[in-house]
Amino acid sequence: MKHIQTINKANLKESAQKGGCGKCQASCQSACKTSCTVANQKCER
Amino acid sequence: MIHKFTLNGLYIVLDVNSGGVHIVDEMTYDLLDDAKPPFADECPAEILEKLSGKYDAEELKECYLELKSLYEEKILFSVDDYEKYAAFAVASPIKAMCLHIAHDCNLRCTYCFASTGDFGTGRKLMPVETGKLAIDFLLENSGNRENLELDFFGGEPLMNFDAVKEVVKYAREREKDYGKHFRFTITTNGLLLDDDKIDLINKEMSNVVLSIDGRKEVNDRIRVTPNGKGSYDIILPKFKQLVDARSKDKDYYVRGTFTKFNLDFSEDVFHLNEAGFDQISVEPVVGDPDDPYALTEAELPQVFAEYEKLAQRLLENDKAGKHFNFFHFMLDLNQGPCAIKRLRGCGCGNEYVAITPDGDIYPCHQFVGMEEYKMGNLEEGTFDMEMKKVFAGTHIYNKPKCRECWAKFYCSGGCNANNYQYAGDIHNAHELSCEMEKKRLECAIMMQAVKAIEKGI
Repeated sequence: MKHIQTINKANLKESAQKGGCGKCQASCQSACKTSCTVANQKCER
Repeated sequence: MIHKFTLNGLYIVLDVNSGGVHIVDEMTYDLLDDAKPPFADECPAEILEKLSGKYDAEELKECYLELKSLYEEKILFSVDDYEKYAAFAVASPIKAMCLHIAHDCNLRCTYCFASTGDFGTGRKLMPVETGKLAIDFLLENSGNRENLELDFFGGEPLMNFDAVKEVVKYAREREKDYGKHFRFTITTNGLLLDDDKIDLINKEMSNVVLSIDGRKEVNDRIRVTPNGKGSYDIILPKFKQLVDARSKDKDYYVRGTFTKFNLDFSEDVFHLNEAGFDQISVEPVVGDPDDPYALTEAELPQVFAEYEKLAQRLLENDKAGKHFNFFHFMLDLNQGPCAIKRLRGCGCGNEYVAITPDGDIYPCHQFVGMEEYKMGNLEEGTFDMEMKKVFAGTHIYNKPKCRECWAKFYCSGGCNANNYQYAGDIHNAHELSCEMEKKRLECAIMMQAVKAIEKGI
């Protein structure tokens, strides 16, 4: 495309179909214990 | 839903529901003020007319069709169809625990959310037996989850380190019987660190959070001993010793808090890096708006500018081959958590609980001491399943502000405790935190965009 560059796989929908296993870390346990960010967690499947 | 923003000279468009991130030119950016579904076969006359003074009509038509094509690929204006997954995880096992091994502290940090260590409930240490009951509780309530997280927290957990050792030993014995694995973490102010404690922490703890706020004068203004002396000179060498001896396959973070007193907090992030650390988290203080150190709406422009500055400095640093990790800009746009994980925040009160020295169970460490949120007690064998269901229901579709927010799949509804304390209900949004979270996300997405351009996309 001339005007637009897409930089990632945009795969959230796909992730929902395969997701929900619950193996990943509880987000608040990682480094913050206060301000919550989920998107910086790793998928552990 | 899309979110578009400009940062660092880039025009960036996030397609909220697919997670797609697009770098666009200025014309496309402007066109997106009006171009939206349903897309016509060609660019509507009124849009052409509106933008014809600024852009060439043929280019606009071409651009419109590019947008239409992305829409048809479902990576622009894609639909939010995740609500059907919100019922998942309601009956979730409990897999994570914050164990308040000490409700006492040897510092008197003025911004402490835990009333300088005792959570307003009296200074006490957790008996080993209560710690063992907590391990049993987690083992028995964790269903098919194999990895169990347990964070030794306080107060200051090193004040009761013999109990930490005993609880770790007990958990290691018991985990085999259940086919589980404990991942221990500990959050410490570092004052009592010595060779033996460092050895055990580096052997047993998969993550360690080391509390220090950055520059000496910043740290020592807030993080003081009971007689008012600063802690920086005591803790820095100990943290260095711990990190230098730590295996690279284990995590650690030096973790600071910024307040109204250090709105130039990027200096603190870089100070910590210069002091020898490469895993750094520095984040905003949360407190009553009347507290002298509190961040309020008035400080937001400065905070935003500082986040932008920090992002710039980190990019320059990466380019110079001196990469270090800033926790709140970590973002993997391709392999982050699944959409179902993103519907809820930390999992407090549902997948995650906190245990006090008395064996009381709360949804998380931030709720400890709020009697109305006490969920049960280990010795009494009580646990409020109805309250667990309430917390399981704190997903983004049950939070009216979150439902409509572009950042919903990144912050996932924010901190329920902050929502309750500062916005009156766990389902409300603590908007000051939201604004800062959104700014961090924009910076993190921009950094990914810059890196993608550098790699040739």
